[in-house]
Amino acid sequence: MSEIIRWTAAELGAKLAAGEVSSVEATQAHLDRIAAVDGDVHAFLHVNEHALDAAAEIDRRRAAGEQLGELAGVPLAIKDVLVTTDQPSTSGSRILEGYRSPFDATVVARSRAAGLVGIGKTNMDEFAMGSSTEHSAYGPTHNPWDLDRIPGGSGGGSAAAVAAFEAPLALGSDTGGSIRQPAHVTGTVGIKPTYGGVSRYGAIALASSLDQVGPVSRTVLDAGLLHDVIGGHDPKDSTSLPEAWPSFAAAAREGATGQVLQGLKVGVIKELPDSGFQSGVASSFHAALKLMEAQGAEIVEISAPHFEYGVAAYYLILPAEASSNLAKFDSVRFGLRVTPDGGGTVEDVMSLTREVGFGPEVKRRIILGTYALSAGYYDAYYGSAQKVRTLIQQDFDAAFAQVDVIATPSAPTTAFKLGEKIGDPLQMYLNDLTTIPANLAGVPGISVPSGLAEEDGLPVGIQFLAPAREDARLYRVGAALETLLVDAWGGPLLDRAPILGGNR
Amino acid sequence: MAAVKLMDFDKALELFEPVLGFEVHVELNTETKMFSDAPNPANERNHDAEPNTLIAPVDLGLPGSLPVVNEKAVRSSISLGLALGCSIAESCRFARKNYFYPDLGKNYQISQYDEPIAFEGSVEVQLEDGTLVTIPIERAHMEEDAGKLTHMGGATGRIQGAEYSLVDYNRAGVPLVEIVTKPIFGAEHRAPEIAKAYVAAIRDIVRGLGISEARLERGNLRCDANVSLRPRGQEKLGTRTETKNVNSMRSVERAVRYEIQRQAAILADGGSITQETRHWHEDTGTTSPGRPKSDADDYRYFPEPDLLPVQPPRELVEELRAALPEQPVARRRRLKADWGFGDIEFQGVVNAGLLDEVEATIAAGTTADAARKWWTGEISRIANEREVDATSLIAPASVAALQQLVDAGTLTDKLARQVLEGVIAGEGTPQQVVDARGLAVVSDDGALIAAIDEALAAQPDVLAKIKDGKVQAAGAVIGAVMKAMKGQADAARVRELILERAAQ
Repeated sequence: MSEIIRWTAAELGAKLAAGEVSSVEATQAHLDRIAAVDGDVHAFLHVNEHALDAAAEIDRRRAAGEQLGELAGVPLAIKDVLVTTDQPSTSGSRILEGYRSPFDATVVARSRAAGLVGIGKTNMDEFAMGSSTEHSAYGPTHNPWDLDRIPGGSGGGSAAAVAAFEAPLALGSDTGGSIRQPAHVTGTVGIKPTYGGVSRYGAIALASSLDQVGPVSRTVLDAGLLHDVIGGHDPKDSTSLPEAWPSFAAAAREGATGQVLQGLKVGVIKELPDSGFQSGVASSFHAALKLMEAQGAEIVEISAPHFEYGVAAYYLILPAEASSNLAKFDSVRFGLRVTPDGGGTVEDVMSLTREVGFGPEVKRRIILGTYALSAGYYDAYYGSAQKVRTLIQQDFDAAFAQVDVIATPSAPTTAFKLGEKIGDPLQMYLNDLTTIPANLAGVPGISVPSGLAEEDGLPVGIQFLAPAREDARLYRVGAALETLLVDAWGGPLLDRAPILGGNR
Repeated sequence: MAAVKLMDFDKALELFEPVLGFEVHVELNTETKMFSDAPNPANERNHDAEPNTLIAPVDLGLPGSLPVVNEKAVRSSISLGLALGCSIAESCRFARKNYFYPDLGKNYQISQYDEPIAFEGSVEVQLEDGTLVTIPIERAHMEEDAGKLTHMGGATGRIQGAEYSLVDYNRAGVPLVEIVTKPIFGAEHRAPEIAKAYVAAIRDIVRGLGISEARLERGNLRCDANVSLRPRGQEKLGTRTETKNVNSMRSVERAVRYEIQRQAAILADGGSITQETRHWHEDTGTTSPGRPKSDADDYRYFPEPDLLPVQPPRELVEELRAALPEQPVARRRRLKADWGFGDIEFQGVVNAGLLDEVEATIAAGTTADAARKWWTGEISRIANEREVDATSLIAPASVAALQQLVDAGTLTDKLARQVLEGVIAGEGTPQQVVDARGLAVVSDDGALIAAIDEALAAQPDVLAKIKDGKVQAAGAVIGAVMKAMKGQADAARVRELILERAAQ
């Protein structure tokens, strides 16, 4: 195994800039790694056949003396929910098999412009509906820590690719935890930015008012570097915030010095008792808080009385918006078309195409959402859910009047076994208990590895939440804790992951 | 199909009170579409585009595409709302109207539901005899148009029986303002006329604002006419029908009359009216049922999460209000006084739709009477003969130039009519036609005297008669001279010269 793949994106970027390694070499090393391990992990739905060409182009530009960004030449895995002109974009669905977009998502275009090398498209639950990637139409992704376990979802592919050293960086999307929960179960870092902080243009919509694109990486600094590339106002997304953002990489570097913890007020939610979490998750969480306390942080109990309604509200708002967003997949203009034997009307063709092209979870949520928006039910369901959303926003406002950040475990359990919850949607939905409120309120959240659960030796993440637009605070706090933990562990958590494909 | 029974119109009015309502869709002529940067086919620059050439990802509902509101369309909508005497919302949202149809790229239409940009207004319309009627306006809201389906292979050109259908998405996303009236009571026997006058009033308003090309035959202005009847003395409104596809002012009038007669016949026979959409057939002057429209139609409206609320600053609203052109009815009042026309003369111009042309002709330097005579006389006669719009034949400036040649004595009325034909035929300006065709009055006395001498020689007794005081005898000679000069002589001058000769 080439050592190149073990480097962080920041390290690789520095070595590329110093001419110690070329982008072609780095890209080839990752392609080799994908060839070696992805048969087991299945993080990728598509490996970019143009990756080496793109890498060679960056090398050529660098050789020509062009000033390139910090991540120029670094490989990037892209969640398949993001449309790309040079690779297919399926959103994990049969209905979009082989679909080629005529335009790049804004985050893809910005990554390309910054010289990142798209190495492939990563697996995900179909249309980002799920917490395990088991709902991908193309088969599940396996957790690099234990191939029998789920890598989280919906962005399990991006998290697993980074955890398995198939890519140093990945793009994800987070509607209810799809970046943070996979980070939690794979020992990686994931950030859901403030709603509007990163353009949604070109992200195949699940729930427009909740979706947010963000970085997936092995370190907080790497996430910040990628966030700096993809973030900022985009006139093509009306919900994108117009203001300028500080550098998140700079925030991460500042945080790594640790001083940010002195006097930092960290809120812990009273209504999330330890009893709701796997014991190893709870104990890892408390150990992390202790470490922060020792560095001068103050742990403050806060109340967020409406968080408990978050999952219920989320599972009305999300399906409602999704039922409308997914209506465009009708076979008329693009994507799969299935015609009944002997022909049929356009309605017959639409209906059969959707019957064949959508998986069961997608159908379940379309039906739920259609029902929730129906005349006579709208107020009771969608209307009430929006009220809960407002109450949760008010909970956050009240909490952030007292504390700088809120901390929670990133998910209730460590990675569960593939197939364990696939037959029980409600259990699956509860995975996102602690991540959903951030999407409902539009605030940013980060998941950073906090350790391994003693009972199963699987990774656990700690989530920090900050007020809207305070993403930089998360990078400072996340990097501070990361530094303390890596020092305590004597190296990154992922060093303790099993070696994959070593003999291949 | 069984013959439709119609009741005599007067008899229908004796038994029932008609209640009207209109939904008029106005296509805005902005350069780009409502939510995309594709060129707008409702702008004159983009007429006659090939199918599916004026499209952007949003218009096709491509995965990852997002709408962005056209600011110009919002300004046009506000101006229209103000011209309709409406209040302008301080904040209003778009909503999704969800239904599957192949001409609708996203399978939802972005419209406004319970938050229209303009509401509560009224518009004054003028009937042919000059009577003013006030039509109450409920709302005017912004939305996008759908694409256009062409059904192929069937006998009727309708979707039933067609083998396949072609879709043109050029029209998808064209900005529309839908103007909805409140129920209109008290129209009585003038209901058809009011319908026509209302549509004409809307056309005049949007033309005056310059926000639409406002051509009914092109679909820039589309009227759905709602008609219901209630028995005399009954409070409760009857069941209404909504007649679509009325593409001319005359059709609106006819369609309303037809629906009153049709519904009256059904009700008088003890039948009931089906609440439905009906289709107007211009050729037969009848309506036929379209799809049943019940209040149970469930479009699952919900606020469009991809767009922010539209919040027009009050300064902008006031700026647009200050820039409003004079209201058509007020303008007519002013012009009638300025021109010194009687009721009949003025209504003649108005009813012919030639107000703008007459005004422009006067402005180019003619008397009001001359301008009116040309437009309602010879030009209208030719337009009727050729079945075209009088305004399409000649520019007001040319009419003024023509009249100036008459005033200068260069042309007689008769010659001027020949020049008009030349101008209409595209032979150039009036002066160019005069020159090219050699149509100017012969003002060379020498040539006239020669012709007079010749005529007198042929009728030797005439001079003697004139000398005896029988001046009218000159008529025969004048006729002969005019004939010899092919009409290109001033008859008055010829007469003068004959009398001079007799006096010698």
